[in-house]
Amino acid sequence: MSKTYYNPDDLRKFSKITEWNEDLGNKFFDYYGKVFEEGALSAREKSLIALAVSHVVQCPYCIDAYTKDGLQRGIEKEEMMEAVHVGAAIKGGATLVHGVQMMNKYEKLSM
Amino acid sequence: MPLLKSLAARKDDLSKPANQLKFLSNGIFREEELPLFKDKIAESGNYPLKPKKLEILQLNLGYMCNQVCSHCHVDAGPDRKEIMTKETMQQCLEVIKTTGAHTLDLTGGAPEMNPNFRWFVEEASKAGIKDFIVRSNLTIILANKKYHDLPEFFRKHKVHVVSSLPFYKKEKTDKQRGSGVFDKSIKALQMLNAVGYAQEDSDLKLDLVYNPAGAFLPTNQQALEQDFKTALKEDFNIDFDNLFAITNLPISRFLEFLIASENYEDYMYALVEAYNPAAVENVMCTNTISISWDGWLYDCDFNQMLELKVDSKVQHISDYNEDLLNNREIRISQHCYGCTAGAGSSCQGSVA
Ligand code: SF4
Ligand code: SF4
Repeated sequence: MSKTYYNPDDLRKFSKITEWNEDLGNKFFDYYGKVFEEGALSAREKSLIALAVSHVVQCPYCIDAYTKDGLQRGIEKEEMMEAVHVGAAIKGGATLVHGVQMMNKYEKLSM
Repeated sequence: MPLLKSLAARKDDLSKPANQLKFLSNGIFREEELPLFKDKIAESGNYPLKPKKLEILQLNLGYMCNQVCSHCHVDAGPDRKEIMTKETMQQCLEVIKTTGAHTLDLTGGAPEMNPNFRWFVEEASKAGIKDFIVRSNLTIILANKKYHDLPEFFRKHKVHVVSSLPFYKKEKTDKQRGSGVFDKSIKALQMLNAVGYAQEDSDLKLDLVYNPAGAFLPTNQQALEQDFKTALKEDFNIDFDNLFAITNLPISRFLEFLIASENYEDYMYALVEAYNPAAVENVMCTNTISISWDGWLYDCDFNQMLELKVDSKVQHISDYNEDLLNNREIRISQHCYGCTAGAGSSCQGSVA
């Protein structure tokens, strides 16, 4: 098998993170668990947000995990793809809006 | 994609239960990456697994089916010829009359395809069983003219119909069960509603069975039931009573899919990770006896498909003895993780 930086099997080992710092690790997982509970937003909505953010932060583990989570919840593939586009639009917009800074700097430096 | 033939007809290695069991005990389990089911349940003092009071007699009337679903744990299909004879049915009727079980559960294949199905239902319904279930794949009702009156027949005998519908959208259902299955299933559900199933003030019960269309576990049963109810009502004006969410067990054609799609290890990890000790108490083998088309006794339908007969002096319907059977130990292997993941899974849905 070819070696890559990301190994899909590592996702299963995520909980092992606590082994090297139990206190902080547990705090993180407690927080994480709480965040995804039903709240003002439904767990289903949170799953779609997580899927969009996974793409924005480009985390392959999270993309795998939240694609599976969406399937388990009966989320349709059209909904998943729209969520990804929301992420992409924000990311694209965020890149582009910095163009204003570039333009400002350009103007400032120019005679 | 739906397959055209059973593993048996393709003479696939996995069609032999011994090969499935061997596969399930090797690899990640032999290398001790994952604990054996036996050791896992021993942690909570549940090994050996023992039966409680018998509540459900499940009869498999044959492996013949008009569908060849890709996840089928029975490896059923039109090419399977195993079918329960009238003689074996007679033996079952004798047992039904004396059993302490309150539920009779007819399954297959498509149980309706057994030529003696109607005769048997008529006879068995006279035995005064409290809950008389027929597991119908729905499309059989439309498969041939001779089955069109099944809803009426079910109504007449007050049969509790439990129907598989993997999803409330066409794409996923057809992908798992075959092209056109969704539309026919919808039509069949409407026919059942029309004769009074799942209608207000009606005691005709219609439940649906959901199982994931792929290598993932079912989510919360109640949430799924709500989604199904809303979608089926809005889109097709269909009513049903309960939804049972069932986990796909890693045997037979679902095991074939897991191996071919390279999902087997991940799936087993997911099952073991979701292991719920509370579900062990109520796995369905603790209150069920499963009887095969040829009259052999098993702890459950899955053990039947793996040819793991009950571990008892009594192994055949012809010398059935409930007291003796109650003293047996239940035979288990790694496929049992499918019954104890999350909220647990049984023919009646979640158990924990
Ligand atoms: S309808 Fe049921 S028995 Fe028939 S192939 Fe599909 S899963 Fe198997
Ligand atoms: S597969 Fe059968 S024997 Fe194993 S736990 Fe489930 S019901 Fe019991």
